Amino acid sequence: MSPIFILEQALNGLQFGLMLFLLAAGLTLIFGVMDMINLAHGSLYMVGAFLSAWVAGATGSFLYGLLGGVALTALFGAVLEVSLLRSLYTRDHLSQVLATFALILILNDGVKMIFGTDLPLAAPAALDGPVELLPGLLYPAYRLVILAVGFGLALLLYLLVQRTRLGALVRAGASNREMSGAMGVNVARLFTGVFAIGAALCAVAGGLLGPLLAVQIGMGENILILAFVIIVIGGIGSIRGALVGAILVGAVDTLGRTLLPHLLREFLPPQWASAAGPALASIAVYVFMAVVLVLKPQGLFPVRS
Amino acid sequence: MAAPHRPAAVEGGAAALAAVAALALPWLLQALQMDFYLSVASRVLVYAIAATSLNLVLGYGGMVSLGHAAFVGLGSYVTGILLAEGVTSGGVHLIATMAIAALAALAIGAISLRTRGVHFIMITLAFAQMLFYLANSVKGYGGDEGLTVRARSLFPFGLDLRNGLTFYYVALLVLAATLFALARFVPSRLGRAALALRDDEVRAEALGFATFRYKLTLFVAAAVLAGIAGALSVNLQGYVSPNALHWTQSGTLLVMVLLGGVGSVWGGLIGALALLLLQEVLSAYTEHWEFWTGWVLLAVVLFARRGLAGMLVDLRARVLAR
Amino acid sequence: MIESLQRKSIIAVVVALLAGGAVAADKVKIGFVSTLSGPSSALGIDIRDGFLLAVQLNGGKLGGLPAEVLVSDDQFKPDVARQLFEKNVKRDKVDFMTGVVFSNIMLAALPEALDNQVIYISANAAPSPMAGKDCNPLFFAVSWPNDAYHEAAGEFANQRGLKSVYLLAPNYQAGKDSLAGFKRTFKGEIVGENYTKLGQLDYAAELAEIRAAKPQVLYIFLPGGMGINFIKQFVGAGLGREITLLLPGFSADQDVINPVGPAMAGLFNTAHWSPDFSNPANQKFVAEFEKEYHRVPTLYASQGYDAAQLINAAVRDLKGKLDNVEATRKALKNARFDSVRGAFRFNTNQYPIQNYYVRTVGSDGKGGLINKSFSEPILKDHGDAYVQQCPMK
Repeated sequence: MSPIFILEQALNGLQFGLMLFLLAAGLTLIFGVMDMINLAHGSLYMVGAFLSAWVAGATGSFLYGLLGGVALTALFGAVLEVSLLRSLYTRDHLSQVLATFALILILNDGVKMIFGTDLPLAAPAALDGPVELLPGLLYPAYRLVILAVGFGLALLLYLLVQRTRLGALVRAGASNREMSGAMGVNVARLFTGVFAIGAALCAVAGGLLGPLLAVQIGMGENILILAFVIIVIGGIGSIRGALVGAILVGAVDTLGRTLLPHLLREFLPPQWASAAGPALASIAVYVFMAVVLVLKPQGLFPVRS
Repeated sequence: MAAPHRPAAVEGGAAALAAVAALALPWLLQALQMDFYLSVASRVLVYAIAATSLNLVLGYGGMVSLGHAAFVGLGSYVTGILLAEGVTSGGVHLIATMAIAALAALAIGAISLRTRGVHFIMITLAFAQMLFYLANSVKGYGGDEGLTVRARSLFPFGLDLRNGLTFYYVALLVLAATLFALARFVPSRLGRAALALRDDEVRAEALGFATFRYKLTLFVAAAVLAGIAGALSVNLQGYVSPNALHWTQSGTLLVMVLLGGVGSVWGGLIGALALLLLQEVLSAYTEHWEFWTGWVLLAVVLFARRGLAGMLVDLRARVLAR
Repeated sequence: MIESLQRKSIIAVVVALLAGGAVAADKVKIGFVSTLSGPSSALGIDIRDGFLLAVQLNGGKLGGLPAEVLVSDDQFKPDVARQLFEKNVKRDKVDFMTGVVFSNIMLAALPEALDNQVIYISANAAPSPMAGKDCNPLFFAVSWPNDAYHEAAGEFANQRGLKSVYLLAPNYQAGKDSLAGFKRTFKGEIVGENYTKLGQLDYAAELAEIRAAKPQVLYIFLPGGMGINFIKQFVGAGLGREITLLLPGFSADQDVINPVGPAMAGLFNTAHWSPDFSNPANQKFVAEFEKEYHRVPTLYASQGYDAAQLINAAVRDLKGKLDNVEATRKALKNARFDSVRGAFRFNTNQYPIQNYYVRTVGSDGKGGLINKSFSEPILKDHGDAYVQQCPMK
């Protein structure tokens, strides 16, 4: 296996992992600060993708589409939080699971009614070609942009959570809610803010991945589960954990799609090897999560006091 | 408030009425020239069995499992694979399904029940997804394309599950047996222990209760029942795919239990009936039936915590208190 | 008792039969289930539009009977398709089923039709097992055998003297058939064979593999949205500079050309039909399709159109009497109609015997791109490799 191949696959895994991080970060904050299981988080990713595609289609610019999609989704998230989700914070986890599951149904069909089953979203034409990173390694420009945005947002989130007052409030809220409330923090506004940020992060991922995947109904359901796995591995409420977990998952997924089938092809027919590789990689991710849950139930970077 | 007037008699009367209606349904449908709907009714029965099995774990065991559909799917695959390999004896299907479901539940439960709360939810989800990906990888039995089976289970006395009428009555029998067993279980010593456990685990443990063993027993029993529902399902559809094990299917079962009434004997049946009827009726008028179903569900979660069965109980109490 | 009810209806039919000869149906009902949503919906939509156009041009009739076409969306899900088939067959009591795009969906739903004596006419998916050992008298393929386009491509690669090929297809029956077909005719070296998940849209990992394998030619079978995404990403990864892309018509028709754009220019692909065929039936079809729908038809649309014309011819030959499945089947097998592809006839396994052509993507003279065919077929009067395994004669 050539170094170019390994490097290219490493970049692919990193790119996938960073996009997962955007979803996991929002999810871990919501879960950590508000103690709410939000199954509709994947739907926010879908809503973000559709809104980006719609604005991009209307304005003719991918950039406006992305920015517009992010802003509108953040707004949508805030409205959702204030109107509906607020009443779930004090309820048991089962009620939260069921209510947010209901939300998935409503949003899937709601988006379909407004926008149809799918919308086209094309990356800006300038980014359609490759960039020569090394002699022999031509990597798509668009994916490099995704990597840059992913890294940038990870850094931004880190600074936000570690260095700002809002971040301190979030960290306090994540580790001890009653105490923060007692200390005079406007908990309600904090919660709305956190939810809006989570929704915005989902929209960035949705808009950026739209041209690579497809903007379609139900696109959030599979990625949601991965996001949950990541936050369990990383530790609920921890951004650092979400980043580490996401990169790990991205790496394992890419390994499964490439190295494992190579190995399996030695003794399985190609169709079986190609099917077994990704399946084994996915199983490995879940096994990893189960092991973490049993040995370190609070995750790799626990936050709760 | 006045005490409910002869509740056992009312409850028994309602059950008898339901039984008669269920037995007579095929004739009614035939007479109305709607015999296509017999398969819809059969689907309700299969889902009712699966939902009731989840209710055992959730309503009586207090365990929120997001991976229960995996046991249903497992049952479908065990029976489906046997049928694909030429084994048509229903008895073999039943035994194999129950054994494998029990073993899987034992393994999964032994590990999962060491965790609590949201971690339990996540770990049951993890195991279900592992089985989902396993089903995806077995290209020999369809993989992600799913497995189509042409044969059906054959039971003694010439009972062939290919016959729509036979299937309906067999499924009805299984459901009736399940509900009967559950109704006997609830007031029994074991049942009351389970409820005590569910309501206050810490206290139960302090009182020397073998909580882990009780929960595991319920978990395994529920899985076996779910497996049977799965075996019936593959007979009804002639097809099983990994989607049967997907977490969204577990979500659907949870929805049914909630709609019907968590912890109520009839909860699984009422929930399955309500959701599938809702789906059939709504999809005749609009293609956006999921949208309205979501709102109904949301309303139930927010305002009617004990589901439709809870509402019926309240209604009955109010009627009888007059 | 139910048996007595059945007995009563049998008596009723016998009486009717004795009374005035066989009862002709008053309309022909067709159940049309296809993928009408999602990234590959363009395929199902085109089959539907082609089919409905034919009905419309026949005055809303097929074979002289008013036609009722019940259209529903399988959402790319086999379970959904199965339930839709069941509804059409048992509740709506259709005379024919048709429409499905994807082999896996069709194979899951087909038993609902065939086990209930309803004929299925495939306007697209035609998997190899059903051409051979699983062949069924109630199954007709009016499109092509799954392997055919790929056998043609393999032969073309030979003619061009191409030496090393990397193969890629989705991991389902049609994907398996496609690469098996290519390998059957191609005489050069296969440097790699990879299967992706059906419906997969991000091919970064597979493209890295292809780059590392350094093939001369890349042959892919990725229909619909999968192909669109792959080709865009292939170009984005700079692989188009070193590797020649060879395609079956499924990945190079108008539904892919439009979204991908200029990168498609000059690509060679194989198909049984091209919009520039000059036979009168095709000229009428293309003109009417463009007039009605304001877009160039794809090969999928041509298949939907031909499916309706086939039914039209058969029902006409039966003089509208659809109550005998065996008679209907014979009528379909022997039906004579002007197919938009030119010559058409059924093999003993009820799969087509026809010509296959090489096409290239060129300018349409209006600033866009369209397929243009070479007049000499690459495979002439070609059946399929599985017909010997089918017991039907």
